[in-house]
Amino acid sequence: MSTYSTNDFRGGLKIMLDGDPYNMMESEFVKPGKGQAFYKVRIRNLKNGRVLDKTFRSGETVEAADVHETSMQYLYSDGTTWHFMNPATYEQMEADETAMADASQWIKEQDVCQVTLWNNQPLTVTPPNFVELAVTQTDPGVRGDTSSGGTKPATLETGAVVKVPLFISEGEVLKIDTRTGEYVSRA
Amino acid sequence: MSPAPEGRAPDWRPTAPLENLRRRAELLTATRDFFARRGVLEVETPLLAHAPVPDLHLDSFEVTTGLGESLWLQTSPEYAMKRLLAASSGPIFQLSKAFRQGEAGRRHNPEFTLLEWYRPGFDHHALMDEMDAYLAAALPEIEPAERRTYTEAFEDAVGLDPHEATVGDLAAAGRAEALDAPDDLDRDGWLHLLLAQVVEPQLGRVDGDALRPTYLYDFPASQAALARIRTDPGRPPVAERFEVFVEGVELANGFHELTDAGEQRQRFEHELEARRAAGKSQVPLDERFLAALGAGLPDCAGVALGFDRLTMLAVGSDEITEVIAFPTARA
Repeated sequence: MSTYSTNDFRGGLKIMLDGDPYNMMESEFVKPGKGQAFYKVRIRNLKNGRVLDKTFRSGETVEAADVHETSMQYLYSDGTTWHFMNPATYEQMEADETAMADASQWIKEQDVCQVTLWNNQPLTVTPPNFVELAVTQTDPGVRGDTSSGGTKPATLETGAVVKVPLFISEGEVLKIDTRTGEYVSRA
Repeated sequence: MSPAPEGRAPDWRPTAPLENLRRRAELLTATRDFFARRGVLEVETPLLAHAPVPDLHLDSFEVTTGLGESLWLQTSPEYAMKRLLAASSGPIFQLSKAFRQGEAGRRHNPEFTLLEWYRPGFDHHALMDEMDAYLAAALPEIEPAERRTYTEAFEDAVGLDPHEATVGDLAAAGRAEALDAPDDLDRDGWLHLLLAQVVEPQLGRVDGDALRPTYLYDFPASQAALARIRTDPGRPPVAERFEVFVEGVELANGFHELTDAGEQRQRFEHELEARRAAGKSQVPLDERFLAALGAGLPDCAGVALGFDRLTMLAVGSDEITEVIAFPTARA
């Protein structure tokens, strides 16, 4: 089990706290000239995204979290489990619904995702920033209708629903920004 | 000549803009002028000493000399300057490098510059008056400081009497401020943390365009360091110590100096005991310093001011790396 001392603290460090993995967002050294030294850190729980502030005494150690990121190709889903493969080693891994979170509504088979592994298990899955998906259902646009701000909902092949311009019709392939869930353009 | 290693070129440029280094040079000149006008003698004392400070919370760099002995880089020139005072130097000041292990951050560099001066015949209040004059000479926009006792400032910010509150009271107040500290933090640990995180940020705030420092004085006796302790009737004992804060940043620390050699040795032994309990290295005591106190240190007050932080204030920077040409990470 590897550990980090407060001297190692910096943004990006992955640590364990109360059994959960955390990403260190920032660390500040605090020391009155004649007093005790502390490190104030802001950390994000990698399982649920919650951010918390914590104060460590200088010299304390924390357990390192075995967390790293890797690119993996999405293979298929059986509805409860999403299967991924490391394209370099052909090693396969399964991500559950929690790890997938919003990612499941954006990805198609063969898409390459960023997978954060904790103890070699997928912890979070980040889809590509941009994906291209076909429209499976949308109402015909009515020209001149501006009551909805010039947009209408469209259901994509993955099941995601996005707002699209009125001129988009079923069957078209759209470029979507997965970080905002917004339509970018026709593909 | 060996070839440079592969990869990116090393960062050789200064981290501080040259205009900040020019302001720094002006401050050095203004400092020397200020003390010359007041008849305070500039001195130089060794950076390498035979004994480090035994303070629990200060870690000195130990260095080998090649002569079969270890020496320590000073964490401040205090002991050597007091030996000069005991040798009848009269008022003295020094601009010197100081070194502290493990102190690196936005406002800390392990190697930094201290301005330290001593005034025989002054107490901490007289020295605070001179601090006002010095800061006015250094920073044109600064106003005379407001002065508050540690007790007042702590009560205002935390709502507890720092002399009476138990460790449980302090911890509860800390947790109410979302300070999540180690479970076994002791009373002084909580006082340090609350002072640094809750009290200090409110001290020496900007008032319009003007900088108005706060001097915090009369500290809890448990934090006397090298200050003398005074007991007023019906009140808990206080250390005759003051600290200077500007914009929530600790700038200087001063004492009405302890001159009693016996009490000084006891405080050193106490620190050594605390180091032992904390699993830190034992260090030799500075017997030459103790002997100087024994021979007679004149009644005096002294103060150490973080010169890099003063420069940060002068140029309006929040990063020490912007006022040091080559901070340790790039030294």
